Amino acid sequence: MTGTGKVLVVASVLVAILLLTPHTGSFMLLLITRALVLAILAMSLDILLGFTGLASLGQAAYLGVGAYLTAILATKYQFGLGPGFPLVIVLGFAAGAATAAFFGLFAIRATGVYFLMITLALGQCVWGLAYRWNSLTGGDNGLNLPGRPEFAIRLADDVTYFYLVFAFFVASLVILYVLVKSPFGRSLEGIRERELRMRILGYNTWLHKYIAFVIAGGFGGLAGVLWAHANGHVSPEDVVLTTSVDALLMVVLGGSGTLVGGAIGAGVVLFLREYLSTLVPWWQYVLGGVYVLIILYLPGGLMSIPQRIRQRRGATSDLAIAKGLAVTPQ
Amino acid sequence: MTELARRVGPPVIGLCLALGLNLCPTPGTAGEELRVGFIAPMTGPFAQVGKDMVNGFEMYNDEVKGDLAGAKVKFILEDDQAKPPTGVLKAEKLIRQDQVHMIIGGVLASTGYALAPVSTREKTVYLPSVPAADDLTQRDSAKFPYIVRTGWSSSQPSHPFGEWACEQGYKRIVAIAADYAFGHEVVGGFQKAFEDCGGKIIQKIWPPLGTIDFGPYIPTMKEDADAIFTLMVGPMSLQFPKQLAAAGNKKPVIGGGTSYDEFALPSMGDEVIGHVSPLQYSAALDTPRNAAFVKTYREKYGKVPSYFSETNYTTAQMIHEVMKTTGGTWPGAEKFVAAMASLKLDTPRGPVSFDEFRNPIQNIYIKKVEKKKMFGYDKEELWNTVIKTYPNVSQFWKYGEEAFLKQPVYSRDFPPCRFCE
Repeated sequence: MTGTGKVLVVASVLVAILLLTPHTGSFMLLLITRALVLAILAMSLDILLGFTGLASLGQAAYLGVGAYLTAILATKYQFGLGPGFPLVIVLGFAAGAATAAFFGLFAIRATGVYFLMITLALGQCVWGLAYRWNSLTGGDNGLNLPGRPEFAIRLADDVTYFYLVFAFFVASLVILYVLVKSPFGRSLEGIRERELRMRILGYNTWLHKYIAFVIAGGFGGLAGVLWAHANGHVSPEDVVLTTSVDALLMVVLGGSGTLVGGAIGAGVVLFLREYLSTLVPWWQYVLGGVYVLIILYLPGGLMSIPQRIRQRRGATSDLAIAKGLAVTPQ
Repeated sequence: MTELARRVGPPVIGLCLALGLNLCPTPGTAGEELRVGFIAPMTGPFAQVGKDMVNGFEMYNDEVKGDLAGAKVKFILEDDQAKPPTGVLKAEKLIRQDQVHMIIGGVLASTGYALAPVSTREKTVYLPSVPAADDLTQRDSAKFPYIVRTGWSSSQPSHPFGEWACEQGYKRIVAIAADYAFGHEVVGGFQKAFEDCGGKIIQKIWPPLGTIDFGPYIPTMKEDADAIFTLMVGPMSLQFPKQLAAAGNKKPVIGGGTSYDEFALPSMGDEVIGHVSPLQYSAALDTPRNAAFVKTYREKYGKVPSYFSETNYTTAQMIHEVMKTTGGTWPGAEKFVAAMASLKLDTPRGPVSFDEFRNPIQNIYIKKVEKKKMFGYDKEELWNTVIKTYPNVSQFWKYGEEAFLKQPVYSRDFPPCRFCE
């Protein structure tokens, strides 16, 4: 499929989500809103994992920073519940990016498993702060937000909030897509493929990775702001290691290096966990089974299915040609 | 017509059941359906606690055959994995999709704090049968008008226990407790009451929630204390007494109720014999009502009921009492809350009524772990023998609500450790 064709498919799926979601049940609406927020987080991680080749286990930290910032501003300073909300979004993004800029100083120098371990440790530091700094974060009780912002629009209404989250999701998708298609994005892919060669070509690979890390942190922070208001509650449980692992699994499940894959993965994981668990008690086996099967049979994630089908078709037609050749009389 | 109905009825109903359709007519239902959303951990480290909770509620429900004064109970269980954000989502599911009349449960205090605003937002009754976070029915009570607490508040048993500790002649006590809100509140209540009658807390140690190796903490405990106050939860309850005994401790050990609850007691060793703790329930409570409760429960589920079982059994009983006053019809959330808060009833734990903050006023039992035979069981087992009863204890103890609510909620730093050395 051509590039334009792919963009058209994604656009039509997005329009379908936009049109259909308000007509689903009110619980489904909530799930889809949350899936979109997690999709932003997963896409931000895909910039690192899929395009730069950095497997980070600390992405929940930026979600946490954004979410706690929102909750602390709202509960302690009554800020961001009116016209100040757009500013909170900017602040959330900036706080995520700033945290990443700080963590990046330690993390970017490492690669592979060491990078994984350092991001894990840094992520746990944020969790530790959230859990222990009682006076600011409410400790393990977390923080309850007084309500969603109301200014020109009333976000307390779930459908309105869905539209807002949807808009930010689309904006993130477009911005990140433009980013990975830009020369900067191509150089990130170059680093993923062979960092040494990029360095020899004269690229400052450390800086490239660092910038990618900061951008990913920023979008993580944005997801955090939206997450806080989606739940109405922020808890250390949001920042815990499993959230980071979930984000990683979402990207791998959907297909890393595709952006959209992360979003699909977010949807699949959230629905398997939060919706299936309301239907059957053995949902964990299904979730585990899906993970194992995809890793075993679809290492490229769900996004690699069309390509696989095409390959198979190609292979069979090749076979047919070969057979045809064999029966032609000599 | 009746002939036809009799012939066609069963296959049609069978088909309906098979397809799980709610659209099919259910013959012969007089009262309405009472949809009860129950949130408890079914997976993760607190899964056993969740099981105890469900068993308690189910036992009452089975006793009345799912019929609460004419209302048919539809029990919908959701697993929150003891994580507050998951609990919030499951509560939203129960309210929005299943349109339950009420939410019951949650385990951790933090889950209680997370679910309370959901109940306010969705105007749905929430009965925290286990979450004991003080402020749900204290300083934040006005924010949560749809809450009736059917369990207890964390510091409620601690206050009389502090006084009891003074009576034992303890002067200096070291506190070691799980480092989270529930732990802070249990220790805080104890410290306040104990220091008010002349005692001194000389050291506070806070191992993180989920600690199982107390090696770094036990040697730091002050040698010259008269007793040790401990508050442990879950797997910590099992490990701490073992390691304390192994370290050669000779001091008396007292602690919060969850440290020795029947949920963990059968798995404990003889090292906990003699340890004393307060709670609003003990399985060894020697009343005919409780003896019958324990025997039926044990026969049904193969273990002694814990407070987690009792509190949910009692919650079901309370709902039944309210439904009796309405003749089996749902009165609406506000009226239900008002009716429940005015109940006075006899339960396995003893007489229970509610204060105006909708927290139970109930007996607090000081319990000592003993190895003995009880209720005619022929094996020697560990039981929480009741050694003293403080009747009708309110969450404000003797302080009066106004004076009590003026002070901040108990935390790691309140009351301040004035006698710490």
